[in-house]
Amino acid sequence: MDARLPPMIKDSALTALVAAALGVFIVGFKTIDVGTGGPVFDYQLVDLAIAVVTIFFGRLGLQLASVGLKWPAFVLGIALGAVGAAPLKLPSTFLHWFIVLAGIVIILRTIWPWANEAMAKARHSPRGANYGRNFVKFFGAGLLVAAVLMPFMPFADQKTMDLAVLILTYVMLGWGLNIVVGLAGLLDLGYVAFYAVGAYAYALLSTQHGLGFWTVLPLAGMMAAAFGLVLGFPVLRLRGDYLAIVTLGFGEIIRLVLLNWVDLSNGPAGIGGIPGPTLFGAVFAETAPAGKTTFAEMAGIPFSANQRLIYLYYIILLLALVTNLFTQRVRRLPVGRAWEALREDETACKALGINPTNTKLTAFTVGAMFAGFAGSFFAAKQRFISPESFTFIESAIILAIVVLGGMGSQIGVVLAAVLLIGLPEWFRDLGAYRMVVFGLAMVLIMAFRPRGLIAHREPSVRLHPVRAGP
Amino acid sequence: MAYFSQQLINALTLGSIYALIAIGYTMVYGIIGMINFAHGEVFMIGGFISLIGFMICAALGISAVPVAIVLVLLLAMAFTAVYGWTIERVAYRPLRGSFRLAPLISAIGVSILLQNYVQLAQGARPKAGGQIVEGGYTLFSADGFDVRVTWLQITIWVVTVALMAGFSWLIAATPLGRQQRACEQDMKMASLLGVNVDRTISLTFVMGAALAAVAGMMFLMYYGVVDFFIGFLAGIKAFTAAVLGGIGSLPGAMLGGLLIGLIEVFWAGYFSSEYKDVAAFAILVLVLIFRPSGLLGKPEIEKV
Repeated sequence: MDARLPPMIKDSALTALVAAALGVFIVGFKTIDVGTGGPVFDYQLVDLAIAVVTIFFGRLGLQLASVGLKWPAFVLGIALGAVGAAPLKLPSTFLHWFIVLAGIVIILRTIWPWANEAMAKARHSPRGANYGRNFVKFFGAGLLVAAVLMPFMPFADQKTMDLAVLILTYVMLGWGLNIVVGLAGLLDLGYVAFYAVGAYAYALLSTQHGLGFWTVLPLAGMMAAAFGLVLGFPVLRLRGDYLAIVTLGFGEIIRLVLLNWVDLSNGPAGIGGIPGPTLFGAVFAETAPAGKTTFAEMAGIPFSANQRLIYLYYIILLLALVTNLFTQRVRRLPVGRAWEALREDETACKALGINPTNTKLTAFTVGAMFAGFAGSFFAAKQRFISPESFTFIESAIILAIVVLGGMGSQIGVVLAAVLLIGLPEWFRDLGAYRMVVFGLAMVLIMAFRPRGLIAHREPSVRLHPVRAGP
Repeated sequence: MAYFSQQLINALTLGSIYALIAIGYTMVYGIIGMINFAHGEVFMIGGFISLIGFMICAALGISAVPVAIVLVLLLAMAFTAVYGWTIERVAYRPLRGSFRLAPLISAIGVSILLQNYVQLAQGARPKAGGQIVEGGYTLFSADGFDVRVTWLQITIWVVTVALMAGFSWLIAATPLGRQQRACEQDMKMASLLGVNVDRTISLTFVMGAALAAVAGMMFLMYYGVVDFFIGFLAGIKAFTAAVLGGIGSLPGAMLGGLLIGLIEVFWAGYFSSEYKDVAAFAILVLVLIFRPSGLLGKPEIEKV
């Protein structure tokens, strides 16, 4: 028997004990409502016990792997996976998944050092370095071509297109927030407020004043930017974490005002009947309202519900690409460089004559503007908005996308949006666990890869250009 | 006058609850300079554990109210403290020395995680229970209006005052409190002088969580209902209280908690109850903009 084993077992037992203490009340005694006499218990102590035992073995496996006892760890991982996948009669399917996941985590942890070493070796070989650079270059281009062609693919049915529009909305929001968080390093927890301003701007101007989507779009962006400017002006001299809380406060204030100012926003009932975007005056509907033509008539093709969706898809794709292009270009301008410099060291920036407040304000305002665009698209797509859509959790999701993708990385935001929005929508059963995974992912990313999933980020500006590999 | 007195009594009760939560924020901020965004969720979990504790007491046939309260209080404090300890160990300790916003982002993650974990485990619907202290005492009547103070409100005041006194003593006069204050002033120097910094920080989280658990229990007993979302608003308001009193300062947190309770209750009582949350957020924003060091705090000097 290895001398390293007893302390590991002790540590695993302690971990399991802590897990049991955490779970005993919240998980072990589930309260359910039956009738009127207040909640009663639905005991889940067996589930808890199984989970705690799993945690014990899981922790043991991770410890084994971390001291280099690869084979025992690997076997333990396989065993856990097999137990989880076996057709045992466990109290819930969740436990099956839990045990399998524990096994997978151990196996990943075991092969992690090998994989990492191999990756590093490959990356540092001249061929690998070249390949990596080209990959980043072509991956973006390939993704773009795929995105443009996507609506004409055979698998692009209504469900897929809906999902694609949703993902692209979050990609755009992520790119917008990336300007504020990724480039300027300002943690904005109230980003959704500007999204709400854009959405309500379009909803109110279109339903009450009959303005069209393309007229309102720039107005909504300007309005959101104005909000950003007014809100940002007093708060941007605050330090990072205070700023985060103040933006959170502003976000909530705007939502609460929308909720309670019934004369303006119709309160919690929301605004319905918002017209969708038009194409050169043509509407996307089966029958046009008086004085308008439908797109199908104009183009001389039969009507299909998909046309509207495809049109929406291209609008949001265009808006997202504009956001991306703007960011790419502005990073090379003095103001973009100032943002990145400010993120790295505020004091040094002051010494170099950069006005921190003004510089931050530009980033904040520009970010707000893009949220306004996205908001007015959201209103046009949903045709109904209410304050419900603009809660703090929405801000947190957008922030999670940016953080997971790697703050400042544009392609990372795309991947994170697909991962965080696409996967849970696709696997509906996971819906309930989605937010738990969100939270866990944010914690784990900060602990293990604080620069995001795409850890590699080229500086926007180099003093000396990199020489190409031989 | 009668209406005012009644509002004052209610405000002091609410303020006590906020003050208990605010201490957790202010201590953690004082020692490691981070906003423990997940602290509101710890309060929520304290509320849930209290609810379950009261139900277990009822199931075991413990019908004496003071016994049940003391039992549940100890239970909730102990088990919520485990949450505080675990959060620090898992989500914050690995990030010491990471970039500045990392712990805050991690804390937001913990907050989302805990909220949804409780929602999954206990359901999304509000749970009723815990209203075991009934009755009250009519102070005086005026304008056809009885000014009442309930036994529950008195319980809340007594528990809060006792805990705060005990806690102030702990910080001011015990070796643990000395270590805690030493870490607050200079962590590196404290560790050179033999203070176990990791342990001290852990204990700070444990104490903060235990006080939040008491607040959660008071909340449950006062409102008679908890759900998975109560931590968000209560957390923000308590944070506002900590900032208003001067973050990092213990008396400040207590004062701030009381003030936020007063402001919220009087705002709802005299202006509009719809905008009472807006009032709390507005105070947060205004204090941070115009007086970030709060009422009793020391201004922070940034060194290069």
